[in-house]
Amino acid sequence: MESKTEGKIMEEKEGEKCWMVASEKKEGAVCLIKERCKGCGFCIEFCPVKALEFSEKTTDKGYHPPKMTGDCILCGKCEKMCPEFAIYVKEEDE
Amino acid sequence: MSIRKSRNYFSPDYMNQQKEKDKSYGLHPLDGYLKKDRIPHIWCPGCGLGVVLSSFLRALDHSGIPKEKTAVVSGIGCTGRVAGYLNMDSFHLTHGRAIPFATGLKVGNPDMVTTVFSGDGDLFAIGGNHFIHAARRNVDFNVICVNNFNFGMTGGQAGPTTPTEATTTTTPFGGFEHPFNLPAVAAGSGAVYVARWTAYHVEALIRSLEEALNKKGFCFVEVLTPCPTGYGRRTGQKTGKEAMKYYKENSRIEHGADPTEVSLDQDEIIVGKFVDREAPTYQERRGEIFQAIRKKKGVE
Amino acid sequence: MKPDTYFIDGNTACAEGAIAAGCTFFASYPITPATEILETMAKRFPEIHGSYLQMEDELASIAAVIGASWAGRKAMTATSGPGFSLMMENYGFALMTETPCVIVNVMRGGPSTGLPTMVAQGDVMQTRWGTHGDVGVVVYCPGSPQEMFDMTVEAFNTAERYRLPVVLLSDAVVAHMTEKVVIPPKEELDIVNRKKPKNSPEEYLPYCPDEDLVPPMACAGEGYGVHVTGLTHDERGYPSVDEKTQTFLVTRLINKIRKNSDDILKYEEYKVDDAEIIIVAYGSVSRSAREAVDMARAEGIKVGLLRPITLWPFPEDRIYELAAKGVKAFLVAEINFGQIVYEVQRCTDGHCPTYLAPRMGGSIHTPEELVERLYGINEGKEGSN
Repeated sequence: MESKTEGKIMEEKEGEKCWMVASEKKEGAVCLIKERCKGCGFCIEFCPVKALEFSEKTTDKGYHPPKMTGDCILCGKCEKMCPEFAIYVKEEDE
Repeated sequence: MSIRKSRNYFSPDYMNQQKEKDKSYGLHPLDGYLKKDRIPHIWCPGCGLGVVLSSFLRALDHSGIPKEKTAVVSGIGCTGRVAGYLNMDSFHLTHGRAIPFATGLKVGNPDMVTTVFSGDGDLFAIGGNHFIHAARRNVDFNVICVNNFNFGMTGGQAGPTTPTEATTTTTPFGGFEHPFNLPAVAAGSGAVYVARWTAYHVEALIRSLEEALNKKGFCFVEVLTPCPTGYGRRTGQKTGKEAMKYYKENSRIEHGADPTEVSLDQDEIIVGKFVDREAPTYQERRGEIFQAIRKKKGVE
Repeated sequence: MKPDTYFIDGNTACAEGAIAAGCTFFASYPITPATEILETMAKRFPEIHGSYLQMEDELASIAAVIGASWAGRKAMTATSGPGFSLMMENYGFALMTETPCVIVNVMRGGPSTGLPTMVAQGDVMQTRWGTHGDVGVVVYCPGSPQEMFDMTVEAFNTAERYRLPVVLLSDAVVAHMTEKVVIPPKEELDIVNRKKPKNSPEEYLPYCPDEDLVPPMACAGEGYGVHVTGLTHDERGYPSVDEKTQTFLVTRLINKIRKNSDDILKYEEYKVDDAEIIIVAYGSVSRSAREAVDMARAEGIKVGLLRPITLWPFPEDRIYELAAKGVKAFLVAEINFGQIVYEVQRCTDGHCPTYLAPRMGGSIHTPEELVERLYGINEGKEGSN
């Protein structure tokens, strides 16, 4: 099931929301385990290309998780910055 | 009451809570290092502890050191809870005693790559005496100090690294004690590897932690970490993000800086690797002497 | 030392007992009157691939011992009153996490710095209630250099069998006196090792007990990924800070000793069967008491000696049995202002009076002094203690 409501092309499996990203060099996805997010905003603040924003929707606990709106370059900064092990990059293996 | 029957351990609501968590377990690349049903962890939104923990696990992952040969020891405090989340041999000690425990563990089983993961209060207030002696002996384990400038778990009291004027719950009118310069304490005590990073410098922190994991001897890494709930909200950094931005804008990397010159009461936060030298470890020195004795006594 | 008969002091015998029991890790801090144990270990350990660590304080010593135990070693520390007081928190940690190890406390005059080189028995209740919270403890009290050897071996066996820190409560006289000590060949010694898990790491629950209430112990580096915490924990070892888990865990930790106390309990009797008055004495004082029994009997007073070798568990049933059988009185001789006397009083359940022969520390009771008290008790001149 793909829907565009949460920004870029998005696919949702149980508990996990992945934004498919296809930049020139790399193909892959940025995935978010929504329920782990505590809305600290590190990923949004320190994304080098400002591809993430706070989502209007909240998690069950009332935190605003990120959503992908910009052109992600799959650099993985958000994954390294996340204190909750909530967001990570999945690269298509060539 | 018979011990066996009374164990209705897994109550229903606990079980479906687990089902929810179990579904997402294993998705994140570092989940294998984390205990299945212990995530999300206890630390506050905006706390940098999760960043330091994930950096450590990423460094461990890169280093290729098998999980079975890794032990993490932590003390009491917010950072003390690190051990409880790890899917490996992990020990959550009494306040201040993680380091001597790690000494016993490491000497008891030299194959264990041992890391003490604790906070500024645990390591340098109550645990200070153990820190300087373990560094002096150059016992072969790593110490990661999550320095968030206060006793966070107990609600934000002043600690041994709290900046002098800072307001905390026990210095409501501003502090008056001079804080430690941790790299200077570590280097002065004999640590062979001394580095300081902030939670913002994740890439460098991961590299530094990997270096420490692969290095023989007493390695110390200080990580300045946001603590919005305990410390930040009373000192002008209400959210973790503000603290991280402050680190970003005010840090200067200076590898090889003299550890005694990097106190935090300057305008700039000096980060980097300050000491990286070779020295025989505690076990190596002892091993040589004991081998000689055994030979002399004709004992194998 | 090779199996043979020796003429050595208590502390040396204690160190040899530890080595015989398979101890290969020792961490401690010098303190009179226990230092000779450290020195013997430092000399002997290299020969047996043991690790001797001179730590920065007693807090570090006990923490290192616990660390080594979780690394799979049999580990021990030795100290005296002041150091033992510093070890209380981690004594509790080792009890809570069921860490097998041995803590030797060679008692000296207290409180505080007290009489560093002289005997006392003032730490008895500290071994029982010294750490915070409810605990089940085992404490051996050697009465001779030979028992410094034997009881150290016994302490390790109990520590390994029931997974807890066991205290060897010696005193400056027993530790520093030199006497005949027989070190038996290894084959004659019954050495116990901790239970290891039989199931796989996936099924293994670190704190799920067997029928004897003792869980098998997986150590670091064995692939079981054990989590050890001083927090109240459930059977998986996870912190579980709630009343149900607390009740379940602490009850087990206490019952683990209480239900097995008959196997652990150790005491010695001397001419008790027809005794009208029974002296209760332990450690070095029991030696004077034994002499006093003979001297009093020579004067026609039927006296016996009951010597607890394990102070905890305490020989409660035996004391009640003797009191109910019609013993006229108990005389408790101890070098303190009265600690075990209250336990004896509790156990006699009012059947007969319990008198105390106290001493404040510095030297042990003389037989004559005890005989004098026995005269008084025998002629009913004594009021209650």
